[in-house]
Amino acid sequence: MVDHTPPPLSGSSKVLRLAGIAAVLAALVGAFAYVNGRLDPARLTPGRIVNTFEKNNGLHPGFRRNHAKGVCVAGYFESSDAARAYSTAQVFREGSVPVEGRFALPSGNPYAPDSSVPIRSLGLRFTQANGQQWRTGMNSMPVFPVGTPEAFFQQLKAASPDPSTGKPNPAAMAAFFASHPETMPFLQWVKTAKPSASYATESYNGLNAFYLVDAAGQRQAVRWGLVPLSQDAAGATAPDGADFLAKDLAQRLAAGPLKWQLRLTLANPGDPTDDASRQWTGEHKVLNAGTLVLESTQPQDDGDCRDINYDPLILPSGIEASADPLLAARSAAYASSYLRRTSEVGSLPAAHSSQESRP
Amino acid sequence: MSAPSNHFAPLARLLHWLMALMILAMLFIGAGMAASVSERHEWLLHLHKPLGIAILLLVVVRLVVRFSTDQPPLPKDLPGWQVLAAKLSHVLLYALMLVLPLLGWAMISAAGDPVMLSSSLQLPAILPANPTTFAFLRKAHGYLAYLLFLTVLVHLAAALFHGWIRRDGVLESMVRGKD
Repeated sequence: MVDHTPPPLSGSSKVLRLAGIAAVLAALVGAFAYVNGRLDPARLTPGRIVNTFEKNNGLHPGFRRNHAKGVCVAGYFESSDAARAYSTAQVFREGSVPVEGRFALPSGNPYAPDSSVPIRSLGLRFTQANGQQWRTGMNSMPVFPVGTPEAFFQQLKAASPDPSTGKPNPAAMAAFFASHPETMPFLQWVKTAKPSASYATESYNGLNAFYLVDAAGQRQAVRWGLVPLSQDAAGATAPDGADFLAKDLAQRLAAGPLKWQLRLTLANPGDPTDDASRQWTGEHKVLNAGTLVLESTQPQDDGDCRDINYDPLILPSGIEASADPLLAARSAAYASSYLRRTSEVGSLPAAHSSQESRP
Repeated sequence: MSAPSNHFAPLARLLHWLMALMILAMLFIGAGMAASVSERHEWLLHLHKPLGIAILLLVVVRLVVRFSTDQPPLPKDLPGWQVLAAKLSHVLLYALMLVLPLLGWAMISAAGDPVMLSSSLQLPAILPANPTTFAFLRKAHGYLAYLLFLTVLVHLAAALFHGWIRRDGVLESMVRGKD
């Protein structure tokens, strides 16, 4: 404290000093608003991506904003030890870890008919004994249509309902594909792809690249995927009806566990690790990391997978993200969807009867 | 017998300015990552968690320092409402510094996510996984962060008011060690 009273400020000096204080505050508020994206309505934010999913599919409280229709599955992963030399992750050591998974359709509509898309997806959570987790979301297509969040958002907007018709405008999607040549490999695949009759007979691909990190800190880029060990006779086509996949899965699991081989494809020098729209072609070394064994299924409205966010960036020590920009975008958008749907758990059809028994 | 100091103890000043930087950085990191889908989102998230736990540890140290050192008195001629506002805003600042990291930790726990401070450093969950609890805590974390930002702005405005308008030594008590 100063003992003497400072000389009084003149009127103009006081105004100037008050203006100085206001300027400091305004600078901070402005910087905060800028960083938070408030000054730029066009900035791609997690909320804007999820808003577009809601616009395209309608609002379905409590459901995931994308891959909304699905079922929970549970089982374990049995490591083969083959990936151990490449990664320190516990999941690749000898032994098995519990897995909580979810099969789904890639649409934001929880009531979409199973035959409406030729793609199926599988989210998995491996829980290691040390408490670390590995989460991954995989799809049955071999390549992602686009390589960047910006292009993905453009594609999403091209699928938005036209205000005049209430339906997506096919010309908008055609225009999108025409201006995005990177979608060619995906379009080639989709031309011949048919909706499968079962989740069990599909292969699931991680699409994004990751790094395996060994004890010496050496990084090896990989893409991973699951190959089914149960095959149907060729030509098995989807039956009639809208909800055959969950029924088929329950029937098969009643007869015994379902198995997939986890394959890690090691990148060759020059393979793109930051672009999921480009396939890795030619000869590759592939590790058979072990077997995924699924033993049981539950409805998603009150099953164990409901509250899991299959964020592809929840990784154990020994697996690291690549520079693929889709990974951060998926993680950010999933978090936004997760907050919205966990706020609405009470709106789910089955929630009223079973919520009390949940931990 | 020495008269009560007109300045905060050196350790109190060090903690104040260190945490001022950390908290301001933390508010901007949080605001930036919530609005980003780029690699920045990951990069900021990986800063946000360990920095939050560091703030939680430091605020505990700071509270111990606060109650074990002398505080310079406020000017005698300060109006009563400003004295009250000063006291309440400091209680609020301490409460938010303590609560926000705990809310962050609790909400990650309630999501069922592993609480990772780095690729291998893991904290235990402090709550069982529950979606409704998660949604409540996640929203509280966001709203209270805005409240902290607002309180920091008021605190800064008041400090500058003392330093530039009243010129009563209150700002100097935190800036300098000697008159």
